[in-house]
Amino acid sequence: MEKKERIGVYVCHCGTNIAGVVNVGEVSTWAAENLKEQGVVIARDYKFMCSSLGQELIQKDIKEHGLTRVVVAACSPHLHEQTFRNACKGAGLNPYLSELVSIREQSSWVHTDKVAATEKSKALIAGGVARVIHHEPLEPLRVPIHPATLVVGGGIAGIQAALEIANAGYPVYLVEREPSIGGHMAQFDKTFPTLDCSACILTPKMVEAGNHPNITLLTYSEVEKVDGYVGNFVVTIRKRARSVNEELCTGCGICWEKCPKKVVDNIFEAGMGTRKAIYVPFPQAVPKYPVIDRENCTYYIKGTCKACEKFCPTNAIDFAQEDQLLNVEVGNIILATGYELFDARRITQYGYGRLANVFTSLEFERLSNAAGPTGGNIVLRDGKTVPKVVGIVHCVGSRDKNYNEYCSAICCMQSLKFAHLVHERTGAEVYNFYIDIRTPAKGYEEFYHRLLEEGTHFIRGKVAEISDAVRLPGEEGKLIIQVEDTLTGNQLRVPVDMVILSAGLEPRRDAKEVANKFGISCSADGWLIERHPKLDPVATVTEGIYIAGCVQGPKDIPASVAQGAAAAARILGKIQQKEIALEPVRASINQDQCSGCRICNNLCPFNAILFHEDRMVSEVNPALCQGCGTCVAACPAGAISGTGFSNEQILSQIEGLLLLNIPKKETVA
Amino acid sequence: MKKEFAYFPGCSLEKMAVSYHMSAMETTKKLGVHLKELEDWNCCGATTYSYIDELLAYTLSARNLAIAEQTGLDVVAPCSACYKNMYFTAAHLKKDPDLAEHINFALEEDNLHFTGNVGVKHLIEVFAYDIGPEELRSKVVKPLTGVKIAPYYGCQIVRPQKDHEDVELPQFFEDILSAIGATPVNYPLKMRCCGGSLIISSRPAALSMVRNLLQCAVDAQADIVATACPMCQVNLEVYQQQVNQEFGTNFSVPIMYFTQLVGLALGIPQKKLGIGKEFVAATPALLRVEQAGAASDQETKE
Repeated sequence: MEKKERIGVYVCHCGTNIAGVVNVGEVSTWAAENLKEQGVVIARDYKFMCSSLGQELIQKDIKEHGLTRVVVAACSPHLHEQTFRNACKGAGLNPYLSELVSIREQSSWVHTDKVAATEKSKALIAGGVARVIHHEPLEPLRVPIHPATLVVGGGIAGIQAALEIANAGYPVYLVEREPSIGGHMAQFDKTFPTLDCSACILTPKMVEAGNHPNITLLTYSEVEKVDGYVGNFVVTIRKRARSVNEELCTGCGICWEKCPKKVVDNIFEAGMGTRKAIYVPFPQAVPKYPVIDRENCTYYIKGTCKACEKFCPTNAIDFAQEDQLLNVEVGNIILATGYELFDARRITQYGYGRLANVFTSLEFERLSNAAGPTGGNIVLRDGKTVPKVVGIVHCVGSRDKNYNEYCSAICCMQSLKFAHLVHERTGAEVYNFYIDIRTPAKGYEEFYHRLLEEGTHFIRGKVAEISDAVRLPGEEGKLIIQVEDTLTGNQLRVPVDMVILSAGLEPRRDAKEVANKFGISCSADGWLIERHPKLDPVATVTEGIYIAGCVQGPKDIPASVAQGAAAAARILGKIQQKEIALEPVRASINQDQCSGCRICNNLCPFNAILFHEDRMVSEVNPALCQGCGTCVAACPAGAISGTGFSNEQILSQIEGLLLLNIPKKETVA
Repeated sequence: MKKEFAYFPGCSLEKMAVSYHMSAMETTKKLGVHLKELEDWNCCGATTYSYIDELLAYTLSARNLAIAEQTGLDVVAPCSACYKNMYFTAAHLKKDPDLAEHINFALEEDNLHFTGNVGVKHLIEVFAYDIGPEELRSKVVKPLTGVKIAPYYGCQIVRPQKDHEDVELPQFFEDILSAIGATPVNYPLKMRCCGGSLIISSRPAALSMVRNLLQCAVDAQADIVATACPMCQVNLEVYQQQVNQEFGTNFSVPIMYFTQLVGLALGIPQKKLGIGKEFVAATPALLRVEQAGAASDQETKE
């Protein structure tokens, strides 16, 4: 070391969090005396280093003692690294010349032996001091932010997010796989706990999104590819052929009226109703243009028919239309791709798909919907018989280690809503079979009490079986629900006419592929992972990619709307800054050492490494790199290094930790 | 294609369920499967022993497994209780090497050693998977056309959950019955317990279980209940008369081993399948089989 660094060491008490276990006074005195050789010119301890007084202490020392490096021994860098970097910056020191040593999470919180914890803290600080010497001044990378945003998924979360951003004056591309936006909420009849009509509160938002000058609606479309990085994504979107010219179509509806081909609608009507081969999923669809379902259209199968074309008054039918690939540039992306219903067929003993009058929750939503296949009449599968007794089974596929261990969050309230609707419209006796009733949000518990007063039966027990095997008088022609009432300890056989299975929520079956496509990760369950479960619920570990709604985990409408708006607010904040500063902790590849083996290319979780075919070398895109270090460790040629994590830095830190450079006689103390 | 298995008949098949033994041997022979009976086998411990003395119960089964291991073949049990005991013992001892060592110490007396290197199958699995419905169908000469049969699995066959099976609603028994030309009826209680040894210790409870099973078969309009377990067979058949007395019912449902039904379809004479020893005569139902067979013979002639 030609030029000796001047290092300041600051030991934090963190109230009693650290000082309760670690002798902070002893540690700072030790550092001042024993780390002189390494360049420590001053060591202090202070009650709360993160307070403004603590920070001012550092700044004063930088100026008065001419410090060139700062080591703070306090909490984890996750919490306050940025705080102390800013403090250094405020005093004119490059922020990356500081080092935060964790003596709380890694020492005081995990040890009870005070002497040992104190000694360990000294070693950790020695490591930090040895390391900080090799720090280099770094400048954050600044990249401009494209003002447009891509929202993937046109359910309520995506619609809300798109509207917030569009209303702030910035462009949005709203991509939806189905022919219309609206998502699951469009299928529902009533919403809990207020029982207001789902369509009535949703359709104004759909229309607003459809008409908004700042929103480009891309329905019947899917994202194919995502390139680029925060602020500068280039997204390839496949706009599937509608077979209808949107410029000419007026949405008059003659085409689907005249279409002779009826198809069971497994998506919007959940298999309860039919649509035509040319269709809009529901009357309030946005956009109003229909699509031709080519798999079922007679023309595409047999080559004849064209009834829709014949009757279309504006010549909008275009059988030759092809998929279009659009490239759009956006600065940020929100994923709001929602959920899928648990397939109740998997629980064979509940008989769904085998016993006609066992319904899923989504089927019941359509059954009770005034715009649904029965006009809102709650009837059995025969289409006419009104049930006299109805059983509602909670937690189907949820809270069950055979299927999904998690609670699907919405099923209790949904089941209560069903119970109310059945009771109100048919006067039938209603049984709810539950494990626990979970009604934790505003107005929910009150709704539960309302149901109790309405005379709904609540039986606490997990249903063992639903069968049509008659055993006792009175069971003829009924479905028998076998359950243990765990409150009384009795086995019950409850004969009912109709069973509704409150099926849980599951991630979309392609959730993993979607996560890969956007360079983020999903949990073992398949839900996309947020950056922090409490403090950063809508961001992801990849800069510029946000998540909202059920794609992150099961949630109800208010929570989905809140997340949609939250993600939008986060993005608006970014857009208004016009550019984004990226952490300069990055990997870089020494092009002379790179052998072009491409091992790192596929390992990078952020798709940040590109390969130059011409020169046969790999290169890291600094804007995409998150500095995780995977490639650094994997490179067989040792050609990749990470800023802030050079071999020199790591090895020095280890030497420091082992107290190798401190004369023996002094360390004994 | 010759298949060979070590065969553990179990105590029941020596006497009470001798017709199961006879029909198992006859049908497998016809289907090119060789069942090689274990030498010097002992009782499996039946349904109750493991609750009385777990160590001895495991040891009993481990001895049979160790004998089977010497043959290098998978061991097959026709009785559901024997199957379950052997399967559980093998699985448990693999997970608990200390216990296995302890038991092996005892087995040494007999020059035997259990390593866990043996597959355990129920006889019906051999028909369902090793032979398979396709091959079975190709060997049928007298299809049981029009005979409605309730496939009664009983509670033990799918209890050791294997990867290929839906434990809540299996279908392999139905597949076997379809393969021999019969009509498997929808039998919702097909996995329910027959009462097992409760018939000795708590007869009213067991009788009511038997009643439910019979009633369900009658409701499903089954001509015959097919079983794959001597315990189920006895409870449903021998106690049918008592059920009738107890509950004022009028059941007369023949309970037959699936191997007997398969044997009939393969054209094996009734006597060789042990038919004619039942408490509830299978004759009326079988007459229909005969007629069906005659009809189909005529069809082929035409």
